[in-house]
Amino acid sequence: MDFSWLADPFYQEYLLEGFVNTLWLVAVSAVGGLILAVAVAMARLKGPRPLAWFAHGFTTVMRGTPLLVQLFFFYYGVGRLLEGIPGIQDSLIWPILRDPFFYGALTFILSVGAYSGEVLRGALLSVPPGEREAGRAFGMSPFQVFIRLWLPRAVQLCLPTLTGEMILLLKSVPLVSTIALMDLLQAANIIRDETFLVYEPLMLIAGIYLAMTMVLTLVLRQVEHYFPGMQPTRHRWLPIRGKEQAPCKN
Amino acid sequence: MNTVSQEGLLDWAGPILQGALTTLEIAVLAYAIGLVLGLIGASARLSPWAPLRGLATAYSTAVRAVPELLLIILLYYAGSQALTALIHAMGLPGQVAINGFVTAVGVLAFVQGAYMTEVLRGAILAIPKGQLEAADAFGFSTWSRFHRIVIPAMLPNALPGMSNLWLILIKDTALISVIGFSELFFTIQQAAASTRAHFLFYAAAGAIYLLMTLSSTALFARLERYVRRGQPAQEEA
Repeated sequence: MDFSWLADPFYQEYLLEGFVNTLWLVAVSAVGGLILAVAVAMARLKGPRPLAWFAHGFTTVMRGTPLLVQLFFFYYGVGRLLEGIPGIQDSLIWPILRDPFFYGALTFILSVGAYSGEVLRGALLSVPPGEREAGRAFGMSPFQVFIRLWLPRAVQLCLPTLTGEMILLLKSVPLVSTIALMDLLQAANIIRDETFLVYEPLMLIAGIYLAMTMVLTLVLRQVEHYFPGMQPTRHRWLPIRGKEQAPCKN
Repeated sequence: MNTVSQEGLLDWAGPILQGALTTLEIAVLAYAIGLVLGLIGASARLSPWAPLRGLATAYSTAVRAVPELLLIILLYYAGSQALTALIHAMGLPGQVAINGFVTAVGVLAFVQGAYMTEVLRGAILAIPKGQLEAADAFGFSTWSRFHRIVIPAMLPNALPGMSNLWLILIKDTALISVIGFSELFFTIQQAAASTRAHFLFYAAAGAIYLLMTLSSTALFARLERYVRRGQPAQEEA
């Protein structure tokens, strides 16, 4: 075991950049993905029929294909098509469209939106209709009912599943090393190429991920703890992606 | 431009189908081995002997806390090195090429086994205690209690989780392409690179994987109906 390369400031910089990028990617994808999830769930429940069908097709495709294929599809497939549009390379958004981070975040947002949207749909369905009717009877507009009652109650029902999705999101970040985005795995790969060490950089990254999963689990457990009206649930840390069709149980 | 990419797809249809077959072979074998590992792991996690429990818990926790891609790369190098050492230790002459297929199956099965351990453990714990006590009262041996009572009673509980793991496994086979073994997605990447029709080929890859996952979902639904045949009809969640 040779860990002397850890002292090299160049490698430290790679690792730090990879770590920061990993955190950014998780943060952006979590926020964007959960917003999309609400939209997808509502489109399937209340949207006009074509929109509901579209949302259904979207979740089926995103959940039925490998994340790696989606990443390649967006980065190489869509990315190359965009490249061919005349004039786009001079436009203001081109620096964004050229950045692998954009495609990584886009893919993860769509993926989280599909998986969590399905979870949320089940939860929205299991909120007793009487509670929504009570809101209407108190004179809330349908939008107010949704924001103040329906959505918070649904989140309450499936919060452990949603936080589980966030841990699965963290664990899918290394995939972006395949599109040349500097994440922790990419940093490790560079170090491996330059030092000819096969295992040590990978083992360091594995250790960092182990720590990150644990910390994220603890943080999310606190979130669950402070969410108003949460029933104390039995936790299993480290989620297995569950059967999404089944609505969450109370 | 369109005609060029159409030609490309037809030219590559053979290799892509071949790759799809390889992917299915890897997935089926890894699933079977993972199932065995999961059964062993679940029995170990439920065993009365603490060191065995600790070992099984460490296995399933460590594997599930580290990203699959990272594990696959790590185990690929470790696995091929171990295989070479083994072959040298057996004194086989000459340079033996590392079989990418065997390593791919082994690595995926190892990861799959950890998840399967958790699924099967939960399913076994969900068996009503009385059924096991009844088996004991009738003088079943440990083995016949296991395969006559535990397995059939656990399957209805385990099957939804097992079906999910199969879907996750099919999607995880794409990760094997990262270590350069020529399965479906690796072939697709080569095709996309050589024809430059990236959009077309990655969309085709998505369609093929979608076909695999959707048909598996249908198959598992039938299987679940079969293992639940003895149970009273219950409404779906």
